Amino acid sequence: MTPPKLELRGVWKAFGDKEVLRDVDLTVDQHEVVCLIGSSGSGKSTMLKCVNLLFPIDDGEILFDGADITAPGVNPNQVREKMGIVFQAFNLFPHMTVLDNITLSPRKVHGVGKAEAVERARGLLERFGLTDKIDEYPDRLSGGQQQRVAVVRALATQPQLMLFDEVTSALDPELVAEVLNVIRGLKSDGMTMVIATHEMGFARDVADQVCFLDQGRILEHGSPQEIFSSPTEPRTQQFLQRIIDAGRL
Amino acid sequence: MSEQPSIDEFGGGPSLLGPPHAPRSREEGTRGALIAFVSTVIFVGVVLWAVLSSDAWPAVQRQFFSWDHFVDVFPDVLGGFWLDVKMFLVAEVIILTLSLIIAMIRSLRGPAFFPLRALAVLFIDVIRGIPVILLILLLGFGIPALQLPGVPTSALFWGLTALIISYSAYTAEVYRAGIESVHESQRMSARSLGLTQVQALRYVLVPQAIKNVIPALLNGFVSLQKDVALVLVLGIREAVREADIYAAKTFNYTGYIAATLLFLAVSIPVARFTDWYTERDRRRKQSISA
Repeated sequence: MTPPKLELRGVWKAFGDKEVLRDVDLTVDQHEVVCLIGSSGSGKSTMLKCVNLLFPIDDGEILFDGADITAPGVNPNQVREKMGIVFQAFNLFPHMTVLDNITLSPRKVHGVGKAEAVERARGLLERFGLTDKIDEYPDRLSGGQQQRVAVVRALATQPQLMLFDEVTSALDPELVAEVLNVIRGLKSDGMTMVIATHEMGFARDVADQVCFLDQGRILEHGSPQEIFSSPTEPRTQQFLQRIIDAGRL
Repeated sequence: MSEQPSIDEFGGGPSLLGPPHAPRSREEGTRGALIAFVSTVIFVGVVLWAVLSSDAWPAVQRQFFSWDHFVDVFPDVLGGFWLDVKMFLVAEVIILTLSLIIAMIRSLRGPAFFPLRALAVLFIDVIRGIPVILLILLLGFGIPALQLPGVPTSALFWGLTALIISYSAYTAEVYRAGIESVHESQRMSARSLGLTQVQALRYVLVPQAIKNVIPALLNGFVSLQKDVALVLVLGIREAVREADIYAAKTFNYTGYIAATLLFLAVSIPVARFTDWYTERDRRRKQSISA
């Protein structure tokens, strides 16, 4: 039996006195899409950054393809080569063109030749309708375009797992759809993804599993049907009620 | 929308003399320039008249502004100044490289790099605590006196080395401030793509950092361009030393004025360029955020 793509076991993380993740367990199977929902500060973003080893965890373990990536002696760079992460604020490199942003990691980290890296970048840009932006600098692009370039940049390293950290939160409402459609496209490719999001409608559509985080704990998880239609925890019910009241679901 | 003035309407870019208030139209711009010109002429005229008509002026002129002495001393001072320029150029190139390496070492994270980081901090703290002139004397006289086999004994070599060491410590801090001014998310983003710390610095952080600190680096240029003269304490015959020798011989200080003019001829353009560059950069940032 193949192990799950990603597994978190009893993960704890604190910043100083503030506990941000408390005993988090999560299993993400190959090709599965998991959405993390919950109010700001509930730990969604920290969880993704812990998986990417950008933050060291305090306790527990994180397994990737069954191997503990939080064990001492693991080279974080080798782990990161297998996963891509996209951030809320795009974080494109402002001094590089779109093409250079995308080819930097394949060329310098993965040892891909220039011609092949450019070829791969062109292919991805074409797929996401960004071909004409290839030589632009990030500050000349709209937020939606920047975020799509950030997705392409992460995909160019050919990751086996994609992490999305509230990727539409910094976008104007009319630009949200273009980025969500990109993620839908990845789902149909069978990409394994963990998505922290405030877009409940999108989570309901795209997720195989939804986790509701509250104060650093996964309070409730299940199919979108279970979480959105018949949540059992009062906190989940409250949270969803507020979302519905705000007209966002 | 049409209310928004374009950058061109602000007088076509930053002026070399800093940011005065922007004229609203070409006509007012011309009138402003005329007023500035006339008031400057009057001001300079009054000052010159006050100085030249004072009782002490003939003595001052004889001691500092004698044309005959100027003609006499200028070739030697110019020759010495050429040495200053060469020292400056060689030192600056090495300083810019060395200090960047020190700053990068200081910016490495993680417990494994602690010894390197501590060494960089120690170097910066110690060197910045020592007066440049003391370092020049220490290395310039001290090391040649040791007569170590295979070690250069040239005072010029060690004087320049002292300057390079001292300025590298300061310049490393300039670079470091630049690296820290790049938002943390850029480092995180680079690391998330699998880049090592050094790769993240080299390809992502340092290029952005350098852009942020160019004015501060140019400021350092001006400072070093003058401080190379300090090696005169080692007996090196650069511009100030030549002027000094001439003054000792003739009791006339015109040579100092000659050296002053030469230093100013280099440092003022660099200072103007720094202002111009800073101003242009500020405008560009404003136009992007607008």
